[in-house]
Amino acid sequence: MEKPKTVKVLKFYTDKCDGCFECEKACSMIHFKTKNGGEQSAIRIFKKGNNYQMHVCDQRGLCQDMCPVGALIRKKNGIVWLDKDICIGCQACVGFCPIGAMRKSDKRIEPFKCISCGACVRSCPEDALELVEKNIDDIKQVVYHKQGV
Amino acid sequence: MAEGQIPIEEYETGNTRHKWDIKKLKSAHKIIAEYNYKKGEVQRGYANRTLYVNLSTGKIKEKPVTKDMKKKFTGGRGFGLKLLWDSIKPTTGWDSEENEIIITTGPLCGTTQYPGSGKSICLTISPSTDIICDSNVGGFFGPYLKFSGFDALEIQGKANEDVVVVIDGEKGKVTVETAPLEEPNSHLLNEQLTITYSSEDTDRSRQKVSVVSTGSGAEHGYWGCLNFSFYDIRRKVPRVKQAGRGGLGSVFRNKKIKAIIVKVEKFDGVSNHPTDPATLAKVGTKLHREIRDLDRYQCNMRAVGTGHLVEIMDAYDLLPTENYRFGSFPKASRIYSPEFYKLFTKIIPDGCWHGCTLACSKTVDGFVVKTGPYKGQKVTVDGPEYETIACGANMSLWDPLWILEFNFYCDTYGLDTISTGTAIAFYMEMYEYGILNKKRCDGLELCFGNAEAVLEFMHRIANGERGEFINIASKGVRRVKDWLIKKGWGNKQLIEDTGMESKGLEYSEYVTKESLAMQGGYGLTLKGPQHDEAWLIFMDMVNNAIPRFEDKAEALHYFPMWRTWFGLNGLCKLPWNDIEPANNAETEEPAKIPEHVQNYVECQNAVTGWNVDKKELILQSERCYNWQRAMNVWMGRGRRKDDWIPYRSMGPVTEMEYLSRKERYDKQLIEKLGLNEKEVEKMELKEKIKVLYEYRQDQYQKLIDSVYYRRGWTPNGVPTPQKMKQLGIDDLKMLKMLQQNIDQDEKAGLNVWGGKYSKGEKPPSTDHKYWKKLD
Repeated sequence: MEKPKTVKVLKFYTDKCDGCFECEKACSMIHFKTKNGGEQSAIRIFKKGNNYQMHVCDQRGLCQDMCPVGALIRKKNGIVWLDKDICIGCQACVGFCPIGAMRKSDKRIEPFKCISCGACVRSCPEDALELVEKNIDDIKQVVYHKQGV
Repeated sequence: MAEGQIPIEEYETGNTRHKWDIKKLKSAHKIIAEYNYKKGEVQRGYANRTLYVNLSTGKIKEKPVTKDMKKKFTGGRGFGLKLLWDSIKPTTGWDSEENEIIITTGPLCGTTQYPGSGKSICLTISPSTDIICDSNVGGFFGPYLKFSGFDALEIQGKANEDVVVVIDGEKGKVTVETAPLEEPNSHLLNEQLTITYSSEDTDRSRQKVSVVSTGSGAEHGYWGCLNFSFYDIRRKVPRVKQAGRGGLGSVFRNKKIKAIIVKVEKFDGVSNHPTDPATLAKVGTKLHREIRDLDRYQCNMRAVGTGHLVEIMDAYDLLPTENYRFGSFPKASRIYSPEFYKLFTKIIPDGCWHGCTLACSKTVDGFVVKTGPYKGQKVTVDGPEYETIACGANMSLWDPLWILEFNFYCDTYGLDTISTGTAIAFYMEMYEYGILNKKRCDGLELCFGNAEAVLEFMHRIANGERGEFINIASKGVRRVKDWLIKKGWGNKQLIEDTGMESKGLEYSEYVTKESLAMQGGYGLTLKGPQHDEAWLIFMDMVNNAIPRFEDKAEALHYFPMWRTWFGLNGLCKLPWNDIEPANNAETEEPAKIPEHVQNYVECQNAVTGWNVDKKELILQSERCYNWQRAMNVWMGRGRRKDDWIPYRSMGPVTEMEYLSRKERYDKQLIEKLGLNEKEVEKMELKEKIKVLYEYRQDQYQKLIDSVYYRRGWTPNGVPTPQKMKQLGIDDLKMLKMLQQNIDQDEKAGLNVWGGKYSKGEKPPSTDHKYWKKLD
């Protein structure tokens, strides 16, 4: 299989966001068929000072090397995908994600993550979100079991 | 260094590939017993039944797990002890039909969220010790056994020809089949059986199969181990973890079992059906994060596994070299963990059960075998772990590649690296003294450092050669001691003092000369000298945290109980204290790792729905621990004389040992024995050794006194009916048996303290029948 070279990741325009959380609701519709947002959403919006910040997976893919059953793979379109039929719910990816972007809801044992589907982008009334293309080589990160630091 | 993010299909080990005619192997199987069972779901961590297979009669049946059994024995090793108590006699020998191989799981076994939750615990009457030996092991077998429907597997009787026992969780069927054509050694046998019994020709399907097997070395001698497989979808090989101690593999082959195979239909993160999966995920994730952030600054398990200990042990004079004569060695840096790090494969998740991010199961892939039947082939070597590397030091092998060779052949021949290494180290010392020589060793030049001779010895054991030495030496240190003494070769005292066994089992790899508590940690073990009951060297020797006898006794109460608890639940001990929370040192009892103990309380409650606290966890262990000691008593052991340890583990046996640490020992004669400096200067070396010998032997007896007292046992080491009742054990047969033994000891005048208490010193109690007050 030819390896993907690019991947679409979310870009956030803080000055446009007014904190309506429509993106989270759209995301939880994708993952859990609810409009709850919050812990059931892969994208999270947090208020910091007077502004809002986005917290979401940047598709660096470090989690793939943590998965004991190979449930995490980089798809043809470059995104890192968790196959929940293969996943055995160990939370290694959740625990080891350096930015805490692998999500876990109490609703089910398998984690979930951003798949760059664009549902949040489409739902945002303020155009504060955008999917931008990045070279995988520029963002990729691997876990080396390093001796020492 | 390999790049990460390699799709699993594309990963290459570079190993030699084998092609087998699997159809031919399978068609040679003849089914000799068959049993269909109703598949069921695990509920709150329990399958609620155990599986019994009798190889002599072909009988296969289920036994229910009752509420009472869960309450008294919790699971795992506890269930194993209960099943043995109901099935064997006090006279059952390791090779008798009544003896059993038991593989148990435990209520937390198979949890994927909390690291280290996939352990099986095996029990049998050991050929080395003639009492129960329990050995815990990783790999997928335990979780799969439970998810296939059984909390434990009990195999009794003996087959007439080589058989495999197959537990097919997909079909709900157990079969015993002849298996005449498969390879005899584990690394190939496991691969053949994994392919044979997987439902589809895919790696995911092969990952649903786990095999327990041993090798040709286990057929001859007492060091047989069991290899538990876990199929690695990246390396495309079934890797193995060992239930090493006590000769389980020897019993296995004596029963003519070639392998046990379990196949799980399906499993996921909640196959245990825990009451509270959300809590398990939260507690587990917390530990994953701790490991992510702190492991590299603490034990570095993820990089080098337990091998990180080699340099620490060497630095503290605790690394056994040349049969425990020394605790450090000038050449030791050649086998420090960075040397193995260079050889280990990086990046791959190396847990022996899913979700263990401590990932200590390191491997060397594409290792080129140097000797023996697989010479020139490229193989995956599982390990080496600390103990195996330290066996290298003990035999004075300082080349990582020879240690890998030793590791590979021990595993595939089904030999316990610890017993094999410790025993060979003893033979080497005897060789150095001329007590053994080339002729007496059937032509082997077993001198320290001779790696070729070590491997040759192992190949000859596996080939079944029956030279006088090979035959007796493969049965271990105790039998060789008896043999040397019977032959009149060498000084009896020297042989007894230097051969590192207790209860018939070889020591694991720590020098304990300067830690009295750890001498007790080895000597007072139920099964024989393995460090899984207590590891107190740093607390005792380095930090001086348990200075008085009663402090040591308290540690020898709490830690063995706590460590027993892992075996009741199907857990690994490493994620308890080989990773510590960042603020652990500031807690009141840092050695106990209080936050992690609380994690376990939460995990057990989250799986079972109980509402226990940390005290109850210790009680769970105490019931089983005392039960096992009581069974030792039942089998004619479990007394003070059985807790004897060789002097090599207490102090310097030889003049060379004394002189190598002269300053330390001279200082002790002054500070601890109250001799004055001038006296010591004038003393002959032999005299100094003798004085120290008597002092340390007496210290050990005093330690035993304190520990027996703390544990509520008689001064001769017998658990009392009063103590048992206090723990809620009401088995009348057992209580009566204990009382009879105590009465016998009383008649023989054995219920007395072992230490010599001089003026100003006090035994733990002046009342020898103090235990009666427990009523």
